[in-house]
Amino acid sequence: MANSSETAQTATEYVQHHLGFLTFGQRADGTWGFAHSVEEAGAMGFWAINVDSMMISLLLGVLFLGLFRFCIKRATTGKPGGLQNFLEIIVEMVQTNVKNSFYAKNDLIGPLALTIFCWIFLMNTMDLIPVDWIPLLAQTVAGDPHLYFKAVPTTDLNITLGFAVSVFFLIIFYSIKIKGLGGFLGEFAFHPFGKWALPLNLLLELPGFLAKPVSLALRLYGNFFAGEVIFLVIALVGVWQLPLHFGWAVFHILVVTLQAYLFMMLTIVYLNQAHTHH
Amino acid sequence: MNLNATIIGQSIAFFVFVWFCMKYVWPPITAILEERQKKIADGLEAAERAQRDLNLAQNKAAEELREAKKQGAELIELANKRANQIIDEAKDKAREEGQRLIAGAKAEIDMELQRAKEALRSQVAAIAVAGAEKILESSIDQAANEELVKKLASEL
Repeated sequence: MANSSETAQTATEYVQHHLGFLTFGQRADGTWGFAHSVEEAGAMGFWAINVDSMMISLLLGVLFLGLFRFCIKRATTGKPGGLQNFLEIIVEMVQTNVKNSFYAKNDLIGPLALTIFCWIFLMNTMDLIPVDWIPLLAQTVAGDPHLYFKAVPTTDLNITLGFAVSVFFLIIFYSIKIKGLGGFLGEFAFHPFGKWALPLNLLLELPGFLAKPVSLALRLYGNFFAGEVIFLVIALVGVWQLPLHFGWAVFHILVVTLQAYLFMMLTIVYLNQAHTHH
Repeated sequence: MNLNATIIGQSIAFFVFVWFCMKYVWPPITAILEERQKKIADGLEAAERAQRDLNLAQNKAAEELREAKKQGAELIELANKRANQIIDEAKDKAREEGQRLIAGAKAEIDMELQRAKEALRSQVAAIAVAGAEKILESSIDQAANEELVKKLASEL
């Protein structure tokens, strides 16, 4: 696929191009617009946005909620149809996990876990689509054969960090809400060695706490970035890519589900910790 | 890898979607699940109740059948008794009637006998008178003879 249209492109260029984002931000000359290279995108600094990741992410989020709403509209308490049955299995799975890992009472956790699982699952699933299809579609639509377009939002650290930061915010919010500001900060200051070892306590507790969002984001991002790179390399080997791609994709079905599930479970567990006193 | 405002965009989108899910997706679907659970539980309970009722009804039917059989047997026994009674009564009646008939016949026979005796007696008296008249050949005193003949006739 790589050398179908751009024969001059080297393998490195191909991979690098596929790893670039469609970034919208302020360019070096002061005008706002899309970056034309990875370097330019980097130079835009923080106030830029990856339009491709964001767009696919929103589309998949809407797809998830739309599917559920569509199903609820025609839902029945009698014998459920195929789609309803499928969605109910997911909801029941989420419900069971929440029930087993979350002991406090909070109506947010169920929908939160469901949203995380389904949305991340859909994003991850995007990497099963052959790596060139969606970029090619975007390039055709935009009329620009060099357009950067990344189809798998979870290969964007910004997206996974968006999830993780939001969850982190909820952890802090509920910690303070349940235990009070003093109780929340006290957990860092006075555990595990009592108040006389305060610096040591901080040294032990704070990194663990701050590692939660970082590990959440990096685990998901790392898995899918690596998976994406392997898919790209496979796409370079000519006709042999077909069985290779198939094999890697089958393996990735597992990763897709597992990582979505893991993110959901860790969120539930972290929020349960936020609701309980040590 | 550049960190940029996509984090903020994704976070906002995340909270909006979670809010939507919490408001419009989670409650109805869990309500449906709960309602179905309740329905199934009710259905199972109803089935159990029906089974219990069925057993009860079967027991009752068996009981009634037994009762009916007993009653039937009693009735047959009663009928047999009554039939025997009727037969006995009829026999008695027939015997009585026969005896009555026999008695009637006997009385009639007696009467006939009496009447025959009477007739015979008068005839014998006449014959005796005539015989005596012939024997005596003489006309004896009618009145004295009369006394004699009557005496003779009563002795017969």
